[in-house]
Amino acid sequence: MSRIAEAFQNGKAFIPFVTGGDPSLEVTKELIIAMEQAGADLIEIGLPFSDPIAEGPVIQEANERALAAGCTTDKLFEMVKEVRQIVKVPLVFLTYMNPIYIYGKERFMKRCRETGIDGIIVPDLPFEEKQELAPDCEAYGIDLISLIAPTSKKRILKIAADAKGFVYCVSSLGVTGVRSEIRTDIRSMTALVRQATQIPCAVGFGISTPEQAAAMAAVSDGAIVGSAIVKLVAKYGADSREPVFEYVKKMKDALRGI
Amino acid sequence: MKKGRYGNYGGQYIPETLMTAVQEVEAAYEHYKNDPEFVKELDELYRNYAGRPSLLYYAEKMTKDLGGARIYLKREDLNHTGSHKINNVLGQVLLAKKMGKTRVIAETGAGQHGVATATAAALMGMECEIFMGKEDTDRQALNVFRMELLGAKVHAVTSGTMTLKDAVNETMREWTRRVDDTLYVLGSVMGPHPFPMIVRDFQKIIGKEIREQLMEREGRLPDAVIACVGGGSNAMGAFYEFIPFESVALIGCEAAGLGVDNPRNAATIANGSEGIFHGMKSLFCQDEYGQIAPVYSISAGLDYPGIGPEHAMLHDTGRAVYVPVTDEEAVSAFEYLSRTEGIIPAVESAHAVAYARKIAGTMDKDKIIVINISGRGDKDVAAIARYRGVEIYE
Repeated sequence: MSRIAEAFQNGKAFIPFVTGGDPSLEVTKELIIAMEQAGADLIEIGLPFSDPIAEGPVIQEANERALAAGCTTDKLFEMVKEVRQIVKVPLVFLTYMNPIYIYGKERFMKRCRETGIDGIIVPDLPFEEKQELAPDCEAYGIDLISLIAPTSKKRILKIAADAKGFVYCVSSLGVTGVRSEIRTDIRSMTALVRQATQIPCAVGFGISTPEQAAAMAAVSDGAIVGSAIVKLVAKYGADSREPVFEYVKKMKDALRGI
Repeated sequence: MKKGRYGNYGGQYIPETLMTAVQEVEAAYEHYKNDPEFVKELDELYRNYAGRPSLLYYAEKMTKDLGGARIYLKREDLNHTGSHKINNVLGQVLLAKKMGKTRVIAETGAGQHGVATATAAALMGMECEIFMGKEDTDRQALNVFRMELLGAKVHAVTSGTMTLKDAVNETMREWTRRVDDTLYVLGSVMGPHPFPMIVRDFQKIIGKEIREQLMEREGRLPDAVIACVGGGSNAMGAFYEFIPFESVALIGCEAAGLGVDNPRNAATIANGSEGIFHGMKSLFCQDEYGQIAPVYSISAGLDYPGIGPEHAMLHDTGRAVYVPVTDEEAVSAFEYLSRTEGIIPAVESAHAVAYARKIAGTMDKDKIIVINISGRGDKDVAAIARYRGVEIYE
């Protein structure tokens, strides 16, 4: 069983996100360790990009801070290599096509494998363009995570049938960011996913409260939270460890027993 | 060639949320482009609203002054709203209406595409929102008010470098937020398929008219067609008709800002490399890790770190050549055309005029150059004055 599949064996999965290098790679490393200790089942690490078109202002600003602080693809890989000696949960990169393309697609996947990255999420790589990365991902055993959105409708079946690792169910229209309510009928989206595949399906975009996470996890296999955590990092900077630990613990607790 | 690809370039690198929408646009376009009623309605708008065909003017004084090739100016600046942007916008907003959309959104750099979109939206009764970099809303304050007069809502984009690329980011984000009733009217031959194709198709009337008009005047094809290139829509529109005719040199002029060796430039072909951004594989100004570079040009319309995928292909195959033109050369050409022919070109188009000034004198007198004057320069007068150290209060 792959590390990603194992991550969904511990009840409903809680999947936190942090932007790599915000405010520094040392802090990111500390946060990854703290989030695992707090009960995270899988951790998403954002590889910063200058123009993250799927992100709302909170994560956009985190990308800007990380780049301004000197985070690069090579430095982030080095940090992952170090943190991989300590954490056991799967680590997944979230980034855009261009940083991967410029690094060299094969070289990127090779470095993922060497440093201990289990999968990648690429928001600007839809099903129709998957072949841009899928061969290199397969060659190095990196799961290319597929996304489905409220607009996907009948596309869900073919996307899910071909998905690896887990299916990322985008809860809402628009970009990432905290939302007061999620109105999409997630249950029918995940039902379609389950018709097409055995792999797990986690819901992200807009989730910030334990109640929202529990509601989303009740109709899927887990909840993904990004902006709410990145906001804490923006607020506490180098002292983010404690507040992020507490937040992740509270969120994972909300998913227990669902 | 694979659908939506131009050699190695093009594609649809966009979030899943938008895939259904772009496929819907593609299907609608494929249907309506051959629908006689759509074609007739658009033709009617071109003739009686936009003022097409635009004139092809023989620039006699400029020709004499430069002492070489005969120079013709394709007067897209005389179109309604003052630039070639209206050609694409009338097509896309009409398409949006046929698709049952009630709202259009668009990015704008200099404001020309925003003004054109706001105009077409007013005409066709659509809601309209325009995204424009904060830096550009300052540089082009008059165009902001113009869009508002036309009933559009203008958002000043404060993310990133606050220029055209950030306006595109924000318009894409807005489209993912509200996709059902909205069409993103892309302003150039860029973005995900089908936009590079649709925009080219609505702009290719420029080259088609040039060919017919020159045939009537001179009985032959031109030897060179020169146009400025940011994303590349006016250049693609002027070039497309002539691609099969190898004797016609196609020359794109990119914005070199303070110079191609100075970090402050926007010359994608000179300095860029292959990448994937804004929905397309193409050439982009970027760093060694693929972070998109902050670019600069005096011209807000050319201040973009990429180029349309079909241009990238024409560059690779050598069918078109792309040359850098600096701010100083463009401003000097802006002043030159104003004084010599009494035509104030957009500072974007002045990049093409600048290159024509360089080569016309080296060509024989029986050669013919056509310069696409893609827009008029009223919007730039204050900026040019500032460049020359004169403060004007608009």
